[in-house]
Amino acid sequence: MNRFLLPLGAFALLALVLAVGLKNAPEKGVIVSPLVGKQGPAYDMPDLHDVARRVTSNDYKGSWHLINVWGSWCEACRVEHPVLLAIQGEARLPIVGIDWRDEEADGLAWLQQRGNPYTRVGVDKESRVAIDYGVTGAPETFLVNPDGVIAYKHVGPVTPQIWREQILARLPASTQ
Amino acid sequence: MLACLFLSGSCAAIDTSEPFADPKLQARYLVLTHELRCVQCQNESIADSPVEIAADLRREVREKISSGMSNQQIRELMVSRYGEYILFKPRWSARNALLWLAPGLMLIGGGIVGWRVLRRRRALLTDDDTPLDEDAGQR
Repeated sequence: MNRFLLPLGAFALLALVLAVGLKNAPEKGVIVSPLVGKQGPAYDMPDLHDVARRVTSNDYKGSWHLINVWGSWCEACRVEHPVLLAIQGEARLPIVGIDWRDEEADGLAWLQQRGNPYTRVGVDKESRVAIDYGVTGAPETFLVNPDGVIAYKHVGPVTPQIWREQILARLPASTQ
Repeated sequence: MLACLFLSGSCAAIDTSEPFADPKLQARYLVLTHELRCVQCQNESIADSPVEIAADLRREVREKISSGMSNQQIRELMVSRYGEYILFKPRWSARNALLWLAPGLMLIGGGIVGWRVLRRRRALLTDDDTPLDEDAGQR
């Protein structure tokens, strides 16, 4: 009996360590953002539609809003686009677009062709805002509360399910 | 050039940026860009990755070095944006302690088991002169 106890104990310990590791493993390599629950980094970008204007992090202070990182080069954004248009149609909250690593002409043509779901679009050609927000690829979407704190981050295209279960569910009843 | 030889197998120009005039700053730049993981490709450092976001992250490191930030401050800044994940080498923390200690613990554990097995076998060799069937009965 005793001679089995040690290997059995060792096996149980190994199984426990692996189980904890598996459970905590980031899902499919998605990086959990340390920004969630923290103040969103400040930004100040040129406006895609009017170079004389700026899109800044102060513009939507005081209201829930989405920040959506996209680019005309981004294949997955194509899939996401109709969902963003539907979200805009529901008029629950403004969507700030960040046209990331893109040419202005291409970004504008994309919006003209497919419709513009964004309240404002800022241009981030050199990834300055993207790096501040820990963006790893497009599309990425941040839900920001009226205090400017990031309440939720989604990597990859927002789906109707993500919209309902992760974003809408976090909004207070008055906006819902 | 020498750094190139040591740090990466080939000198293919992924990082085409102008080196720092000060060799000390350039050395820090090389250390940091090899420590930070390319967030898009995951198994390359930003020094070795050809993707655009890696180039932008290299520029970020360059600018922070120029602005007088220390290596530690730059690492912390990157972790505050991308999480622990951006560092190839996990930091020493309570959460990571097991990770760092595991190899040593396993070696010690294996050593203890091995030593006990050897000792038992040696004991068998010297003491076991009883007939086989008697021995089986004892178990």
